[in-house]
Amino acid sequence: MTVMEQRGAYRPTPPPAWQPRTDPAPLLPDASPYRVLGTEAAAQADPALLRRLYAELVRGRRYNAQATALTKQGRLAVYPSTTGQEACEVAAALVLQEQDWLFPSYRDTLAAVARGLDPVQALTLLRGDWHTGYDPREHRIAPLSTPLATQLPHAVGLAHAARLKGDDVVALAMVGDGGTSEGDFHEALNFAAVWQAPVVFLVQNNGFAISVPLAKQTAAPSLAHKAVGYGMPGRLVDGNDAVAVHEVLGDAVRHAREGGGPTLVEAITYRIEAHTNADDATRYRGDTEVEAWRAHDPIALLEHELTERGLIDEDGIKAARDAAETMAAELRAHMNQDPVLDPMDLFADVYAEPTPQLREQREQLAAELAAEREGTH
Amino acid sequence: MTTVALKPATMAQALTRALRDAMAADPTVHVMGEDVGTLGGVFRVTDGLAKEFGEDRCTDTPLAEAGILGTAVGMAMYGLRPVVEMQFDAFAYPAFEQLISHVSRMRNRTRGAMPLPITIRVPYGGGIGGVEHHSDSSEAYYMATPGLHVVTPATVADAYGLLRASIASDDPVVFLEPKRLYWSKDTWNPEEPTPVDPIGRAVVRRPGRSATLITYGPSLPVCLEAAEAARAEGWDLEVVDLRSLVPFDDETVCASVRRTGRALVVHESGGYGGPGGEIAARVTERCFHHLEAPVLRVAGFDIPYPPPMLERHHLPGVDRILDAVGRLQWEADN
Repeated sequence: MTVMEQRGAYRPTPPPAWQPRTDPAPLLPDASPYRVLGTEAAAQADPALLRRLYAELVRGRRYNAQATALTKQGRLAVYPSTTGQEACEVAAALVLQEQDWLFPSYRDTLAAVARGLDPVQALTLLRGDWHTGYDPREHRIAPLSTPLATQLPHAVGLAHAARLKGDDVVALAMVGDGGTSEGDFHEALNFAAVWQAPVVFLVQNNGFAISVPLAKQTAAPSLAHKAVGYGMPGRLVDGNDAVAVHEVLGDAVRHAREGGGPTLVEAITYRIEAHTNADDATRYRGDTEVEAWRAHDPIALLEHELTERGLIDEDGIKAARDAAETMAAELRAHMNQDPVLDPMDLFADVYAEPTPQLREQREQLAAELAAEREGTH
Repeated sequence: MTTVALKPATMAQALTRALRDAMAADPTVHVMGEDVGTLGGVFRVTDGLAKEFGEDRCTDTPLAEAGILGTAVGMAMYGLRPVVEMQFDAFAYPAFEQLISHVSRMRNRTRGAMPLPITIRVPYGGGIGGVEHHSDSSEAYYMATPGLHVVTPATVADAYGLLRASIASDDPVVFLEPKRLYWSKDTWNPEEPTPVDPIGRAVVRRPGRSATLITYGPSLPVCLEAAEAARAEGWDLEVVDLRSLVPFDDETVCASVRRTGRALVVHESGGYGGPGGEIAARVTERCFHHLEAPVLRVAGFDIPYPPPMLERHHLPGVDRILDAVGRLQWEADN
């Protein structure tokens, strides 16, 4: 007998009771970004950590300036600067242990360098001599990802695999505010939460996806709010406060390491330079806004704290700047040498074993190169 | 010499057996996808794997193809060998960015430091009465992407052998499963499966002298049937099963065409921009002086895959193949 036939006997009842799977309240981000510098909490911050962060920020700022200068000299094809965002870059690198993995976006060269990657190796993608100039496994830094947010599911898969093997590994994946609109962002966060993978997602909200401001990117109250829908905590932090970013990311990494699953951290920061050297930022934003953010500079904020507490003096500041200058000079010297490229590398590592078709094409190029050398071409 | 008892087995059973044997032989092999666990896959190809190896090794994932393949990339980066299922051909399209922007080029972009041994199983093609988005032949997209191997079995033995070889490969392999052959049976010894040639070798399934039919996957049985039917017309057709679209076995194909002097490519996917154009060009470039007629193609029409009640008019059948074979009588007509 079908439901229709038994209509007379059928008594409507309420549907089975519904319960939310997770209480959303603890997942919600605070109403305003977490800050340490300029508050009473700053007095509790470890002096050694403050000094280390400061040295890395100064080095990072100099690195950004040097790389931007190299684009003007034609030594780099392109450079997406993180000037103004150094606190996020540096903190992301410093909260990780050696066995952990970093998954940077194309803008996060500085995070890779702060993690210890050779500055020249970090720039091959942007110079154009090869896509990834380092062994990701050696440094536990995934290739800089140019497609947006596509590296986030990789971080989830790697962290999941490590956990299956019983290894103590956390993956920290970086993405911009624009990247949070991509489908891969959604799928990565969803997989991470369902699998309770030891991953930390760091969104650097620097205000613009090239020219598109955040208001045209999302209607969410904050990007950190997106976490709640996936069932993971969302945290808001002042992205120019290196101590706060380090603390929030540190908590998230610890939480992941202890089996607590993923966290989404949104760092509110600002891109002082244009998207890249090829972009004209004056077309979409005014000087007033940029100057307001310059006044909230990550280095000045930390320098003020260090000076106030007597943790650094003029000599200390000079020492940090000198160290950064040395790094810049070395980088310049290396980048001013033309890279030696072998055209035959075009056919290397497409497959473990070249296909017969690639072997033929390899021979063709070899013949062309031989003809070039003999001057017959 | 001991004789082994050959039993009838379906292609789906051989695929299941290949997955099971690969998982038993190598603890880094992980099967993942939508419905692959408890249900055993909508075609039951992963049946029993979650029970035997646990849900960590045969994982029901959230319903998200980019996420399935994207997380598989990370797993492979950490040393696992993921075997992902895309359930249906057209369901794989959301994963194309991961496939093309990352899976296919990770080895190359890292100068060999980070190969990705991922097998991507894609049930493909029509003929099962599937509704829209369940019958596409997407091989041309995969073939056009450097860094991927693209293989497709047409027999029960190849289904087992090629899948084992794909999982063992240190490079990503798109493993196209002709879904209308899932239930095709063959005598096959599941206890002692015969090894097959490595990926990249085509095979002559039926020797002949008067023309070569070049085909793969779901069109192989159709071509063999056409070859039988053509005997009545006095044609002795050779049938070559490509098995691997990337790498392509020029040697076997051209050796056959040089013997027969005539070639016809048969596949389900559309002709324009399809695999047949590439194959015809390769054969022409290499065998021009042996050809008695232009290389012809019998392909699906250049249309979105039709609704199931019309698909028989779209799919290359015996009559359309025989008609094209007739057109290989080039010199008689000109």
